[in-house]
Amino acid sequence: MNTAAAALTKLPSHRDVVYELRSVSKTFALRRIQALDKVDLRLERGSFSSVIGSSGCGKSTLLKIMAGLQSPSSGSVVLAGTPVMGTRRDIGMMFQHATLFPWRTTLENIVLPIEIRDGKHAARAKHEDARRLLELVGLKGFENVYPNELSGGMAQRAAICRMLITEPEVLLLDEPFSALDELSRDFMNMELQRICMAREATAFLVTHSIPEAVILSDTVYVMRPRPGRVVEEVPIDLPRPRTLDMITTPRFGALVEHIRSRLDKEAL
Amino acid sequence: MSATDLNDGLGEGSASTIVDTVWTEETSWLDRVPRAVSMLALFLAFLAVWQVVTMLGIISPIIMPTPAEVGRDLVTVALNLLAGDYMLGAMWITAKEVFFGFAIAITVGFSLGVLVGETSFGERAVMPYLVAIDTMPKIAFAPLFVAWLGFDIASKVALAAFIATFPIIVGTAAGLHAADTNARMLFKTMGASRWQTLVKLKLPTGLPHFFTGLKIGSVGVMAGAITGEFLGGGKGFGELIRVAASMLDTPRVFSLILYLSLIGLALFAFVNWVQRHFVFWHKARVAQSD
Repeated sequence: MNTAAAALTKLPSHRDVVYELRSVSKTFALRRIQALDKVDLRLERGSFSSVIGSSGCGKSTLLKIMAGLQSPSSGSVVLAGTPVMGTRRDIGMMFQHATLFPWRTTLENIVLPIEIRDGKHAARAKHEDARRLLELVGLKGFENVYPNELSGGMAQRAAICRMLITEPEVLLLDEPFSALDELSRDFMNMELQRICMAREATAFLVTHSIPEAVILSDTVYVMRPRPGRVVEEVPIDLPRPRTLDMITTPRFGALVEHIRSRLDKEAL
Repeated sequence: MSATDLNDGLGEGSASTIVDTVWTEETSWLDRVPRAVSMLALFLAFLAVWQVVTMLGIISPIIMPTPAEVGRDLVTVALNLLAGDYMLGAMWITAKEVFFGFAIAITVGFSLGVLVGETSFGERAVMPYLVAIDTMPKIAFAPLFVAWLGFDIASKVALAAFIATFPIIVGTAAGLHAADTNARMLFKTMGASRWQTLVKLKLPTGLPHFFTGLKIGSVGVMAGAITGEFLGGGKGFGELIRVAASMLDTPRVFSLILYLSLIGLALFAFVNWVQRHFVFWHKARVAQSD
């Protein structure tokens, strides 16, 4: 795996950095646990990055800090030139469960972030944008359907729309499709790639699945627990757009193998 | 065996070799009777046993009237009600007590429920007192309400509201805790204020719990109003029952109870209707799982 290690040294610098974390540490004083230890991270505009690691390696703490839900104990967190001091509208987030609200139609669910930040009037003005987003994710015609009538995959598509409606600078994805069955999951990952490419979105994914991280990402961050630390930054040099066929290629296999061995080693 | 072998085998003698294995699950004939029929049959059987037991004198007719006697009295009371006579007036009074009692219980129960479910002050300081009061036998407060509010309708309204308030508090507070962590986190990331989180997330999520509290309360409010009338007099339906019982007019007691239950039924049905109207998504999910 010399190629992966070699690529580490020559980070591509032609794209500007949207999100930057510099030696971010987090210690939970109460339990005296160091969840994160000097994590450095750079998300370039339009890039897709993943973080992978075993449970308890600090992935969710990292994501919460990036989302502005938690403050770091030390280090700097800067998004689009301004430090992150709390939740922001230019951060879009998605969780394992779609968390659509059953008393709102799909369209009303999608404009909810606008309604909360700018009020009902502004939300109504965004209905046209929401319709375009629904079309982008392939949910045209489901505007006035209630979430109970959507399948798991469709609900996650709607959740993607809700995340995109505020036109965020960065998308934070917390295992977004892990509750779906494997076939839907593969399909939704390809959809996610298509949507991110169409929007030129900067995305950051937290996942447990190595193949998922590899097929989607430009960079995979491998984390180790106690204390949570990034031990390797693996650039994924598979061509874009990625297809599910690539899973069978030797290069894909080699990358997965490299990450897996790295994770296994850290687990011991 | 390869795939082609398998196909050949099937093609050759499908008619002769495939044994019909369609089978149906056995259900007892009792379970296959339509619901309306079984309910009616059970009711008639109950009446028949009642009639036989009372006719044969196993139970004294002074204590237990025959169903026929109750039936005759039902007609008498119905005629009195329809004619707008004193019984209708009594029913109206009880209905008013129930209505005002329920309205007060909903207002107070909802407010206290939000206080307890939303603020840590309410949860830590107020809730223990509410639990303490809730464990008391609330009917025992009836003489106090009579002493404070007199023999008029107010003391009955107070007891009815007092009994019905607690399940509504519990339902509201439980409902406010029903939203899951994902939904809360989502609202946080959207920058929602506490008020927005309460109104747009916690209250709608908690509606089913709130309505469960309302249903339990709607039963309690009836019990409270009638108990109040038993203990504090007045001119309501409870008073009619008390008077009939003191004259050992048991058929009348039975028929009054049956008509009284109509108020309770109407209240329960109303709450149910409102719930289906407001919590439409809950119904849809139940229908889906069927």
